[in-house]
Amino acid sequence: MKTKRVHVWAWVWGGLALLYFFLPLYGTLEFSLRMQKGQYSLLAYQTVLADPQFLSSFGYSAVMGLITVTLSVLLFVPTVYWVYLKVPKARPIMEVITILPFIIPTIVYVFGLIRTFSGPPFQLTATPFKTDILITAGYIVLAMPYMFRAVDVGMRSIDVRTLTEAAQSLGANRVQILLHVIFPNQRIAILSGALICFALVIGELILGDFLVRPALGPYMVQVGRDRAYEPAALAIMSYALTWLCLGLIQFFSRGGKTRQQLTGR
Amino acid sequence: MSYLELTNIHKSFSGFTAVIDFNLGVQPGEFISFLGPSGCGKTTTLRMIAGFELPTSGTITLAGSDVTFTPANKRNIGMVFQSYALFPNMTVLDNIGYGLRVAGKPKAEIAQRVAEMLRLIQLENFGKRYPAQLSGGQQQRVALARALAFQPKVLLLDEPLSALDAKIRVELRNEIRRIQQQLGITTIYVTHDQEEALSVSDRIVVMNQGRIEQAGTPTEIYNFPRTRFVASFVGTINQLDCTVVDAARGELAYQGAPIRTALSLHQSAGSTVKLMLRPEVLRSGLNGGHNNLTGRVESVNFLGSTARVRLNLGETTVTMDIFNERQLELPQVGQPHTVNFLPNACWVVEEEGT
Repeated sequence: MKTKRVHVWAWVWGGLALLYFFLPLYGTLEFSLRMQKGQYSLLAYQTVLADPQFLSSFGYSAVMGLITVTLSVLLFVPTVYWVYLKVPKARPIMEVITILPFIIPTIVYVFGLIRTFSGPPFQLTATPFKTDILITAGYIVLAMPYMFRAVDVGMRSIDVRTLTEAAQSLGANRVQILLHVIFPNQRIAILSGALICFALVIGELILGDFLVRPALGPYMVQVGRDRAYEPAALAIMSYALTWLCLGLIQFFSRGGKTRQQLTGR
Repeated sequence: MSYLELTNIHKSFSGFTAVIDFNLGVQPGEFISFLGPSGCGKTTTLRMIAGFELPTSGTITLAGSDVTFTPANKRNIGMVFQSYALFPNMTVLDNIGYGLRVAGKPKAEIAQRVAEMLRLIQLENFGKRYPAQLSGGQQQRVALARALAFQPKVLLLDEPLSALDAKIRVELRNEIRRIQQQLGITTIYVTHDQEEALSVSDRIVVMNQGRIEQAGTPTEIYNFPRTRFVASFVGTINQLDCTVVDAARGELAYQGAPIRTALSLHQSAGSTVKLMLRPEVLRSGLNGGHNNLTGRVESVNFLGSTARVRLNLGETTVTMDIFNERQLELPQVGQPHTVNFLPNACWVVEEEGT
């Protein structure tokens, strides 16, 4: 009886959570279809897709997202691995450092970036390419709390030290251990960190706006200011596109071995 | 010179000395066990041989080369861990072949060697499974095959059976010994289980507080322990405080009762010594006028092939093991009982220690 009651409440709370999430989405979808008076149509979507600025800004943010994900993984997995292996006492310090982007407001952070990197000796705002380097570094910092935590949880799920020693005793060097043992066993952790990291870059507004780069966030704000139905269509499309990209990342990161064990001892 | 030689090894960790003056020579093909309680330095010594820890001082030579500072991945030493440490992302085949893969061996050679190893550990049909799909015993066999596949100079096993249940432990320890003898590989085995060490080793190194207490064959360690620690750690021992009566003739007294030993003692008459007796040398009944101990039966545990009787002698308790037979009549708890032993079945250590 008790199990059944728990079961019912689980469904009730699950249903409420779904409503909380999908009702606004449904509202937005419904509104986006009412651009033509008196009937549902895809006119708002057609208008958005006809705007070349939309595709270019989405493309820019998607590329930036992929670069950010790649660099974050390359930066955080070896770092967290090294901390676990060599200086486990430094983990609390890492936790504090990686939480800083939550404490320091993004606007303050952006002004700091602009102030530091708009003049010599590290001038990174002179050309679009250099600014892209700066914005990518900015995105990596903003994504740091999510990426660190995902990798941290992943490292905890395996016995890093013993697996490393086992690989060493078999003749593997550090790079081989990282590539053959650590990265593959962190796949789910890396994937979940990557998904959040990518979604964060796609929706990010302040860095793109203040560093004047053609990112999706500033474009959406601009459209939201000027028009009525298109922002709703844009919101639905950006949702769909983000989910599609995340799905693709997940599909490719599986590497075709669907039955492979991903983590655990 | 030995195949593997550890000379004057010391290891300290920030204020704590884990290994003190460790000297050992291991011959090719020898099976050596490091036996001792937790924290005695046995695993630290093994890790220094593997290259995971650097000795604070001393040298390690392997096949004539000094490997003290050689990185672990260049030593060509295979290791089996207590927690198996199989790579969860790889199949059994990939796990076993990993050492050969990183050594850059051709795929055909790897496949052939892995198949050989699977036959050796009798898991031919498990190659495509992942570690999580195997039992603990199977995982440890795979770990053993992985450690052997790349033909290491030495095989190290760090408490490999501790995580397994009792029946599998016995099976697997015999299998480890069979494989070791079949391949003739020099092996060092760390354990805190004396039965394990006694049953599989050519030689046992008993360690305590970072030092070697005694190194010898299993029978030497059991029958001729050099220190009180070895005597009490390996097997069960009865210790009786006796007074020396006639040192030259090996005559003692225990609570006034005469004790004869086959030993020639150097202690002066009247001094106290510890008389050491294994439970299996005690026999029920009187034996003439000496070497008799009478007390009250405290407990009787029937264990199948043997029965363990504990006899309260007043100031101490002695344990006696009796082999089972169908007509065996066990002493009754609470009843008086006399046991005796032969003069050559005991030995003596000085009261102050070793």
